[in-house]
Amino acid sequence: MKLTGENIIEVENLVKRFGSFTAVDNISFQVKKGEVFGFLGANGAGKTTAIKMLIGLWSPTSGKANVAGFNLFTEAEQIRKNIGYMAQRFSLYEDLTVIENIQFYGGIYGLRKNILKERAEELISELGMESFRKELIKNIPLGWKQKLALSVAMIHKPKIVFLDEPTSGVDPITRRQFWDLIYNAAEKGTTVFVTTHYMDESEYCDRVSIMVDGRIEALDTPTQLKKQFNAESMDEVFLKLARPTGIQI
Amino acid sequence: MNRRRFFGFLQKEFRHIFRDRRTMLILFGMPIVQILLFGFAITNEIKNVNVAVLDMAHDDVSRDITNRILSSEYFHLYQNLNSEKEIETAFKSGKVKEVIVFENNLAKNIYAKNLGNIQLIGDATDPNTANTIVAYTRAILLNYQQELNKGSKPPAIIQTEVRMWFNEELKGVYLFVPGVMTIIMMLVSAMMTSISLAREKETGTLEALMVSPLKSWQVILGKVIPYLVLSFSITLVTLALSMFVFHVPIRGNIFLLLGEVLLFVITALSFGILISSIAPNQMAAMLISMMGLMLPTIILSGYIFPIDNMPVPLQVISNIIPARWFISMLRDIMLKGAGWSVVWKDTCVLAFMAVVFLFLASRRFKMKLR
Repeated sequence: MKLTGENIIEVENLVKRFGSFTAVDNISFQVKKGEVFGFLGANGAGKTTAIKMLIGLWSPTSGKANVAGFNLFTEAEQIRKNIGYMAQRFSLYEDLTVIENIQFYGGIYGLRKNILKERAEELISELGMESFRKELIKNIPLGWKQKLALSVAMIHKPKIVFLDEPTSGVDPITRRQFWDLIYNAAEKGTTVFVTTHYMDESEYCDRVSIMVDGRIEALDTPTQLKKQFNAESMDEVFLKLARPTGIQI
Repeated sequence: MNRRRFFGFLQKEFRHIFRDRRTMLILFGMPIVQILLFGFAITNEIKNVNVAVLDMAHDDVSRDITNRILSSEYFHLYQNLNSEKEIETAFKSGKVKEVIVFENNLAKNIYAKNLGNIQLIGDATDPNTANTIVAYTRAILLNYQQELNKGSKPPAIIQTEVRMWFNEELKGVYLFVPGVMTIIMMLVSAMMTSISLAREKETGTLEALMVSPLKSWQVILGKVIPYLVLSFSITLVTLALSMFVFHVPIRGNIFLLLGEVLLFVITALSFGILISSIAPNQMAAMLISMMGLMLPTIILSGYIFPIDNMPVPLQVISNIIPARWFISMLRDIMLKGAGWSVVWKDTCVLAFMAVVFLFLASRRFKMKLR
């Protein structure tokens, strides 16, 4: 991993309110180019809201943000061309085949036919899915779907890929394979912004931020965080942060 | 670059549609089955109905009318009656469905008082058939009366009420073709579009589309075009079937007809998008389009139940049903051969509705994504 020190995401005092409820409360952070950035928090801590603002799906109530070198408020169009996104419910069409899904997403990202063809073959052989090519998505195993969804989200070689809880509901082996793909992408220079609530996964990230009730309570490398909170594992770090008043279970 | 994106999206939409064979079969099969059913089975057309005649006048008018009734293919003289007492016996035999009674001095009354009376008695054990038969007879009588009045004499009236004005050929299938076409267009355009968009919402693929460089109008247009093509081709199939199998005429301008079809499809499509922007999932989209769209369309559009026979509040409500205006236009153009000068009002109403729905739909759709 070569970190050039260049920031690819810069967020300053970002706020999102829904009526009187503040989902994201004044967060600020930077993500460096080529980093695997873990965005952690319990369910309902505001992770998904934050990610949806960064990819231009929801507009922030206030604050400043730059994504992939473009202003979130004025250059959303440019941002979209330069990012990939994979949601909790991965977005493949069940009634289309593997190759048709790849072609479709390549197409809406404006890839030329010959480049798309090349890219599709590359992707299929990388995943070892040659035998599934013409299989409908609904007929292939969940693990494969998830890996394919990740690759499809990166078909246009985006600068940043946003993954919103990509591994929820998957068995440990597939999760491991999935993280191999993430590392692979990062090695090729793609910045990976990943949310998760599996604390063990945060150990795989270069840096981790932990969100509690809409705020970022901690942000550092996993090693530093464990040192700072005097904890054995990220799990412990998280519990100490989430229950600062020392409620005993 | 932009065009490539859009065509990729369009191709995907067509794949969804053609891959779902069962839905395709229903969509193309349903209008065909409905037209055939209405044409052959559920017909309120009558043929060779046995009638009895009680002619107390025995003059040239009564003979003229009798001949005219019997020479149509609808009626067959079963017996001549000689007295009122025989009417009951005739009905009880079960063979006679209608008795026609001419009053005494019918011709004299018509020429002198300009008012003649003819009594039509139907066998109301089957009320629907009786109604139809009586109405057919009335139509013939009316026809006769019109001819009688062609001279410069003050108009003579043969006292009857006529309800079957609008369908001179007295054919049931003529009336149903516009209705069936409307229902199918509503189904394909509004319901299928709303379900298809709601499905993308449900499976999360809509989010992926919104994050992509595709613009929201491209998504909407990409959703709309395939269903536009689909409902247009189904309409053509329905039209061809009714023309070639049932000889339903298209008396008006075919391009005017197709133009109105296009307008209606656009209205229905914008309704579909509006529904999908409200509905969180496919199930809800289907329920809303069923309850909010299909049922009012079937019941209040005049497709099955004539609007003129409805209670006044329902007549008022029927004004906001797009299909009502469309069906009336279709009937005008197809059956009456009406042109632009007749249908422009209905067209304006429909166009106004389309604009309102489109405006609401695009507003709601944008708000959802921001």
